[in-house]
Amino acid sequence: MHIPCPLCGERDIREFTYKGHETYLARPAAGSAQPLWDDYLHNRENPAGRTRDLWFHGQGCGAWLLVTRDTVTHQVLGAHLSREADDAG
Amino acid sequence: MRYSGWQVLAQGLTGNRGWHPAWRSPDPRPDYDIVLIGGGGHGLATAFYLAKEHGLTNVAVLEKGYLGGGNVGRNTTIVRANYMLPGNSEFYSHSLKLWEKLSGELNYNVMHSQRGIINLFHSDGQRDAYARRGNAMINQGDDAILLDREGVRQILPYLNFDQTRFPIYGGLWHKRGGTARHDAVAWGYARGADRRGVDLIQNCEVTGIDIEAGRVRGVQTTRGAIRVKKVGIVVAGRSSQVAAMAGLRLPIESHILQAFVTEGLKPAIDHVVTYGMGHFYISQSDKGGLVFGGDLDFYASYAARGNLPMAEHVMEAGMTLMPMIGKAKLLRSWGGIMDMSPDGSPIIDKTGIEGLYLNCGWCYGGFKAVPGSGYSFAHLIAQDRPHAPAARFRLDRFATGHGLMDEEGTGSQHNLH
Repeated sequence: MHIPCPLCGERDIREFTYKGHETYLARPAAGSAQPLWDDYLHNRENPAGRTRDLWFHGQGCGAWLLVTRDTVTHQVLGAHLSREADDAG
Repeated sequence: MRYSGWQVLAQGLTGNRGWHPAWRSPDPRPDYDIVLIGGGGHGLATAFYLAKEHGLTNVAVLEKGYLGGGNVGRNTTIVRANYMLPGNSEFYSHSLKLWEKLSGELNYNVMHSQRGIINLFHSDGQRDAYARRGNAMINQGDDAILLDREGVRQILPYLNFDQTRFPIYGGLWHKRGGTARHDAVAWGYARGADRRGVDLIQNCEVTGIDIEAGRVRGVQTTRGAIRVKKVGIVVAGRSSQVAAMAGLRLPIESHILQAFVTEGLKPAIDHVVTYGMGHFYISQSDKGGLVFGGDLDFYASYAARGNLPMAEHVMEAGMTLMPMIGKAKLLRSWGGIMDMSPDGSPIIDKTGIEGLYLNCGWCYGGFKAVPGSGYSFAHLIAQDRPHAPAARFRLDRFATGHGLMDEEGTGSQHNLH
């Protein structure tokens, strides 16, 4: 797998560390009820097919990326900076 | 037919015309007391123990492909009980005891081979950790021997003891650990369940779970609707999708675990050897192939194949530990889909829906658990209360924080397992 880093270009997967589903971006507000935190930390949609997840480009620019890819084919469909997540919808 | 040496002789003398298929292939009936979704090792074992231990035979196992075509047919076949944390230790201890009588109980040779497992260690801290683990294993009634470097050298003289980065300090020897023939386990349980009246239905995919007023009423399948009182979901690798049919969102993320087999060689490796620092483990199959693997690929995947970086990593670790295997030709590699739980431990529990039971989250270690998992899941479904050795495999432990079993001490977080 190659991931197209918006800052560095297309790079080998070995440069990246996987964090997990984009659920991690929807952090509950401090003081939220416990079920929200459980859902955020543990429960997952876990799709077989198209998904969006967070990768850290540790051996490149150090950016956090939101990568769109297919979990069945390993096809990577795109990547953008996670801080632009809201812009990208 | 009961298999025996006498049958082999008798059939051999009469042209082998008396052998019959090991299980029936019935059409699904319109209703059952219990339906198990998933005809893998755990599902078939559950069906067998439902019939044998609880006398429940109005049971169907629904398998979307063929029996034993999932993870039980693609793994590295290791059987062990070298766990430490309460919850895991008594469960795997129980499972190993079931393994030890399994061939006799099933009248089917599952080729359970207690060739011994040696976990190598490479630092003083790791030695202490393994000493502690060994003590825990002895306390749970199992066996463990702590070997020093020379002790390991006597048993495994072919290892490279002169590695500069991770020199071998010793190993923890679990003599009752070993391997079993993975397909035979599935086939033996299938035959045993079928002989007791359980319907094993292949090519039958569940497409919906009918729930009314918080209670299971039936399942929709590609071979028609089935009314049913109790449903057990035991579909490692697809747990999230099947549970979603019942509106459940699980603490599961699916990852790929690769394994590799070489061409058949003369007997060379007599044990299961693990090399934790390099993430590598190896044994030799009864056919002669070296069977080995390493870590997960570490990202969500259903591809049933991995990517090359992990393959390269595993080969490097193997060559570091035992340079002698470098000339063996690799025949094939494969990837299994692991349903990973946040703490790396399994879930056998009721769901919030009455009559719906869940068995999932076996991570990278489901094979050795097959007998224990089936036994405990059958107990839960039949008696509506957990079986003692599996009583801590709770679905709500992540929500409550109570009873997490983080065996590797890495934390209860998805990307760490």
